[in-house]
Amino acid sequence: MRNIIAGLFLICLPVLGMAAGEGSMPLDHMEPDLSNKASLQRGAALFTNYCMGCHSMQYARYKRVANDTGIPEELYEDNLIFTDAKIGELMKNSMDKDQAEAWFGNPPPDLTLEARLRGTDWIYSYLRGFYKDDSRPMGVNNVVFENVGMPHVLVNMQGLCAVKPEIGHQSRIDPLSGNEVNDTACPEWAIEGTMDPGDFDAAMYDLTNFLAYMADPVKLQRERLGMFVLIFIAIFFVFAFLLNREYWKDVH
Amino acid sequence: MQKLIQWIDARLPIVDAYNKHLAQYYAPKNFNIWYFFGSLAMLVLVNQLVTGIWLTMSYNPTAEGAFASVEYIMRDVKWGWLLRYMHSTGASAFFIVVYLHMFRGLMYGSYQKPRELIWIFGMLIYLVLMAEAFMGYLLPWGQMSYWGAQVIVNLFGAIPGIGDDLSLWIRGDYLISGITLNRFFALHVIALPIVLLGLVVLHILALHEVGSNNPDGIEIKKNKDENGIPKDGIPFHPYYTVHDIVGVAVFLFIFCVVVFFFPEMGGLFLEKPNFEPANQLKTPAHIAPVWYFTPFYAMLRSVTVDLFGLPAKFWGVVVMGAAIAILFVLPWLDRSPVRSMRYKGWMSKVALAIFAISFIVLGYLGIKPPSALRTGLAQVLTTLYFLYFILMPFYTRMEKTKPVPERVTG
Repeated sequence: MRNIIAGLFLICLPVLGMAAGEGSMPLDHMEPDLSNKASLQRGAALFTNYCMGCHSMQYARYKRVANDTGIPEELYEDNLIFTDAKIGELMKNSMDKDQAEAWFGNPPPDLTLEARLRGTDWIYSYLRGFYKDDSRPMGVNNVVFENVGMPHVLVNMQGLCAVKPEIGHQSRIDPLSGNEVNDTACPEWAIEGTMDPGDFDAAMYDLTNFLAYMADPVKLQRERLGMFVLIFIAIFFVFAFLLNREYWKDVH
Repeated sequence: MQKLIQWIDARLPIVDAYNKHLAQYYAPKNFNIWYFFGSLAMLVLVNQLVTGIWLTMSYNPTAEGAFASVEYIMRDVKWGWLLRYMHSTGASAFFIVVYLHMFRGLMYGSYQKPRELIWIFGMLIYLVLMAEAFMGYLLPWGQMSYWGAQVIVNLFGAIPGIGDDLSLWIRGDYLISGITLNRFFALHVIALPIVLLGLVVLHILALHEVGSNNPDGIEIKKNKDENGIPKDGIPFHPYYTVHDIVGVAVFLFIFCVVVFFFPEMGGLFLEKPNFEPANQLKTPAHIAPVWYFTPFYAMLRSVTVDLFGLPAKFWGVVVMGAAIAILFVLPWLDRSPVRSMRYKGWMSKVALAIFAISFIVLGYLGIKPPSALRTGLAQVLTTLYFLYFILMPFYTRMEKTKPVPERVTG
């Protein structure tokens, strides 16, 4: 019986292989590190300064972000809340949806869950994928998100690539962080930025890392607790097993 | 304590019930690993009920508030994330456990006379479970919740004549809306759980009336000792209660690995598009139901020809419905003189293996977007799925079976 099943599975393998073939866009990989609080703090600052004018984080609260990333609440209130919101409030913004639609074609989406929706590789690549395209209303396009309505907000940091940057093609692994860097992705700049490409990649890593934290803020706590739960169940298993053996030793 | 029990027992037969269903319910002593999944299904059912009750306390069943309230549970409610992940993982675990439980039944002929009613109650449980899961999936009000429900409810529209009115009646609106969400919520948290619990009681009462089958497919009641106790039987309690606890520990270990480390299960248990709120103006590029429905979804999509003036979609729905309906008559399709796969001939073994593989591969195809190759493959596998049942009366009678031993083995 087992041989028959195993044989039939083997017959099916090539068929499954054929059915699985699917192309997908190459992306640069980034490995989120939620325990790196310095990175999360820099990401929070970047997000608040450059993104939050248009993109809300309406399911998250300032206070939770301050506590989880280790930013003292007062410091956070003074520097990272630009509205008159209290620290316990949700991270909404005041952009009017109808107006936003008129400006950008689509209202900028809420980004609380973006990292779980698109994945961190996608965000990391997207943030570094802008290039000059005069046929678009904002004068820019993106290799990861074709014909995106969003302007290149970080242009003064990154600069603007004159041609399509090579995302996901010739990246190298940074020996210090272990992440992929793509600092030679753009051969020609239409606008020079204030940061060099490696520094900009590092900043985008922080921003993406922050978005990863926002999408799943309980992840670290969950995994830590999970270890204890699994250890408990493993010990429980030993006792359950011994109890079972004790009861069953007379059954033949 | 003894007095209290006597006092109650004089008014309510608790001692009798305890003996009948636990202490003096004699189960075959040769249960193997496949016999864990019945009690595990009960465990998951309790998990779903308890976590469900607590989720209901913080969930907001409106189109405006549902998505945000789920995130509120995940972020602001103390231990809310754990409740929610236990519930979402529990839904998938329920189907894994139930599929394995059903496969056990197929393998050891547990549906055969005199256990036809147990099988039918079990099938009804499966049916209600599917409705329960489908309606529950709408509640987070994400993109996949919304469009999945849209696609499935639209299927009823394929029925000629009454179809459009029927799907309108189910939705309560011209498209999936807050009205649909409200009624699905009511059905998910009240109506279907009540039916489910009732069916589970019937399933177990019917089981305890005729007694459990076993891997050898032998009727242990045929061999009784002088006290009228089956020689191959042992009391369910304590023997199988302590036995099942071991299974529970193993199950919980795997369950908690998912809950604490992989709650999305790579997009299988929580689909990625569901992290975006429902938007009736934006259709996702690829709509796939959750994994436990995908075998039937693949069958639905595999029908591509219009027949007798009715659209392919209608025949797809018919095929999908028939795939579930045919399971109900299984007890009358199996004509084999033996129950267990151990003593059936090679044809039954090959047929069951092909059936199981077809079901799994169909499930895989249902997750993937369709292509010519995949549709062709799904057509072949759908045919094999049905052939398992349609040919069963023939191959179970034709094949040579092995002699069944008098007493249970190992």
